[in-house]
Order: sequence, then structure tokens, then C-alpha cells
Amino acid sequence: MNAAATMPAVSAAVGLPRVAPWTAARALLARDLRLALRRRDQLVQPLAFFALVTTLFPLAVSPESSQLRMLAPGALWVGALLAALLALDALFREDAHDGTLEQLVLSGQPLALLLLAKTAAHWVLTGLPLSLMAPLLGFTLGVPAVAFAAVTATMVLGSVALSLIGAIGAALTLGIRRSGVLLAILILPLAVPILIFGARATTLAIRGQSIAAPMELLAALAVLALTLGPLAAAAAVRIGLE
Amino acid sequence: MPASIQGAMSEFTLRGENLHLWRGERHVLKGVDLAIGSGEVLQVTGANGAGKTSLLRLLCGLLQPEEGRVLWGGADVHADPAALQVNCLYLGHEPPLKADLTAAENLRYWVGLRQPVTPSALREALSTVGVAQVAGRLVRTLSAGQRRRVALAAVLLVAAPLWLLDEPTTNLDADGQALVGRLIDAHVAGGGLAVAAVHHPLQVGPGRLRQLELVVDRP
Repeated sequence: MNAAATMPAVSAAVGLPRVAPWTAARALLARDLRLALRRRDQLVQPLAFFALVTTLFPLAVSPESSQLRMLAPGALWVGALLAALLALDALFREDAHDGTLEQLVLSGQPLALLLLAKTAAHWVLTGLPLSLMAPLLGFTLGVPAVAFAAVTATMVLGSVALSLIGAIGAALTLGIRRSGVLLAILILPLAVPILIFGARATTLAIRGQSIAAPMELLAALAVLALTLGPLAAAAAVRIGLE
Repeated sequence: MPASIQGAMSEFTLRGENLHLWRGERHVLKGVDLAIGSGEVLQVTGANGAGKTSLLRLLCGLLQPEEGRVLWGGADVHADPAALQVNCLYLGHEPPLKADLTAAENLRYWVGLRQPVTPSALREALSTVGVAQVAGRLVRTLSAGQRRRVALAAVLLVAAPLWLLDEPTTNLDADGQALVGRLIDAHVAGGGLAVAAVHHPLQVGPGRLRQLELVVDRP
């Protein structure tokens, strides 16, 4: 038995440098991305949901392309919002369940930064694919090709803000079982400004007009969510683990 | 071990003063006092529901006491939880491992949050706890006992002076239980501190063991 033999090395390691918060956050981001690659079904679900919701509109309203083009911004944004919301529920749930979230809290690293890393991973896995998929679905709704870049850009900004705000909701509902609906009720009112400015920007883009004004407002929302979101989520996680 | 580190380690003390904790309607901890210093292990015993887990979670700052305080090196932990947490490793009764990562990946990401971890140190820790052969296997394919051992490897890798171990021998065979005893003994012999909720007697060096028995509330 060599337990005793290894102990001096371990004890001596008290003097080891701790990793910088930034390095810890990067490691966590890498962990979440790697985990997601091992469970691709969870990546596909929000995308499939997004595609289904948006294809319901032509069926329910009218397949006429002029009407569809009018509907497109609303359909795309509502669809993307609901798809993102669907995925948000899982943001901290698994980590809370298997105990790794506790270890994040106890790591001695700034929790807000670690949660920001987790939220960033979540955005890369849901918000970004949804944004990239939006022009494709927009095409089926009659969005002209010249507006594709603008549609993606608005979705990128909007989904960043939504992920950060959603992280607060996901953290607040940690201690609650089957919290999906509650999470939606908490987050949707906060997501309304994103929906309004995002859909507005998409409408302008389809008409070939400047999207600067709504984009600036979306960016302001994203910055606000970036500065306050992780702090609020960290406080909520600490309470949720009690 | 260099004398300077021995000296640094010997400064650590953990004290709980008059700790009261309520969980919902239950008054779980009623004025618990405890004190250990470097080189000592506190064995927490008590029936199920006596508050062993609550006490450990309270000591590491996951729970806040309604009354009383926890002191690390004389400073109130509530005021600065990070001061305790960088020096402490808490292991709950479920090993905090990701089922879809391998044992080695789990350790790398878990320990890597706190300090640099080299592949050789990782292999060494895994072989110390007797599961070197499962390093590359997904945790979901491991038995409960193997998972427990992987979590113990993390405890070895994180160079924390204070160990808070909640039922560390759960799912372990007799050999594994003896291993936990040896690891704790070696840790406190090296100047570390440990608080362990363990049912079976702990074999540690003379004068190192302290006992705390929590009693269940009888209404």
C-alpha cells in the first residue's frame, strides 16, 4: 500500500500555484463542450423544435409568399425564443443533480465567472446553431437572400442576451422539480424586449432597410445581461444549493 | 516534507461555535461545538437524519447556520467563504462525477478548476486508490465502488489541508474502507485536517482522533 508514500507529495502541493480564474473558466467551457459532443441528441432537439415551430406557420396561416414574408420575423423569433427556452432548463440542472455544481461553488474561484463560462458553452451549443439555422428557415418563409446575414446577426445578439438572462432563471429554478413551465413564466417577460427589437430588426432587414437602431438596442440589452446576469445567477445558485 | 510547509500546515484550525441549523421545520443542529487543528481528524457519528451531512455542508459554506459561526484559522467563514474553500475539499455522499466523461477527464476538469494537474499525478492518484485501469473508461460504465474511488483520487489530487468527507466509504469493499482509513491517517499525519462522517471505527494514529456524536431529535 503506497498511500503514505504519496502523501508527502500531496501535502507539499499546498504550495502549488492555484489556477487563475480565467483558466478555470476555460476548462469548464471545454468540459461542457466535450460533454455536449458525447450527447449530440440534446444538441439536435432545440434545432428540430425550431424547425417544426416555424414550419407550422405556413400550415396554419397561409402558404402565400407575400403573407409568409410578413410573418417571417415573428415566426422566426418566437420559434427561436421557445427553442432556446426549451434548452435553458438543462443549463444547471445536470450539474446540480450529479454534484458537480457544488464543486464549482466550493472551488474558491469566482462563481459568477464559472457560470458565465457555462452560459457561454450553452450559447455555443444552442444560441449559435439556432442563429445559423434562422436564415435557412427564413428562406422557407420567403426571406430574401440579401437579408440572411442581417437575420443571423440579429439572432446572434438576441440569443446572447437571452442565454444570459435565462441563466438567472435556470439558477432560480434549481431547487424545483419539473421547473420547465416556471422557467418560461420567469424568463419570457424579461425576454419581451429582445423579441421586440429582434423581430423589428429582422423586419427591417427583409425590407432592405438599415437595422442599426434595433441592433444597438439589442446590443445594449446583451451588455446589460452580460454585466448583471452572471452575478444574479451566482447568487441564485448559492441559494438553490442550500 | 519541507519544514516550512509543515509549519504552514500546522497553523490551520477549524472551529464551530454553537452551531444551530434549521431545515424547514426541523431543528437539525442544536448548538454544536467542535474544534480541530492540523494533524487531527474529527469523526462525526450519529443515526440517519442526525444532521451529519448538514454539518459538513455547513462547515464548507454550502449552508449558513441560523446561529453560531464557523471559524477557519480564527476568521469567520461567513465573512470570507473563499478563504476556507480554497483550503478545503468537500466530498458529498454522491461522487461528483460526470457520467459521460472518462474517469481521467473528470479528475482533470474537477481538480483543474483549482490547480494545475499533470497526467502523471493523475495516474499516480488513480493507482493509489486502486482504479488505475479505469482511467480511460466513461464514468457511466463504472461500478458505484469504482466511482467512489475515482472521487477519492480527486481528494488526493486537490492539495487541500482540510478534508470534509461525507460517508467516504459508501459502496466500498473492506479493502476500500481500510484504504479510506489509511488515506485519512496519512493526510492528518502530514499536518492535514479531516472531518469525516464514517460509521466504522477509524484507524488513525494515537491522539489524532476526535469524536462528535450527533443525536437525532425525538419529538
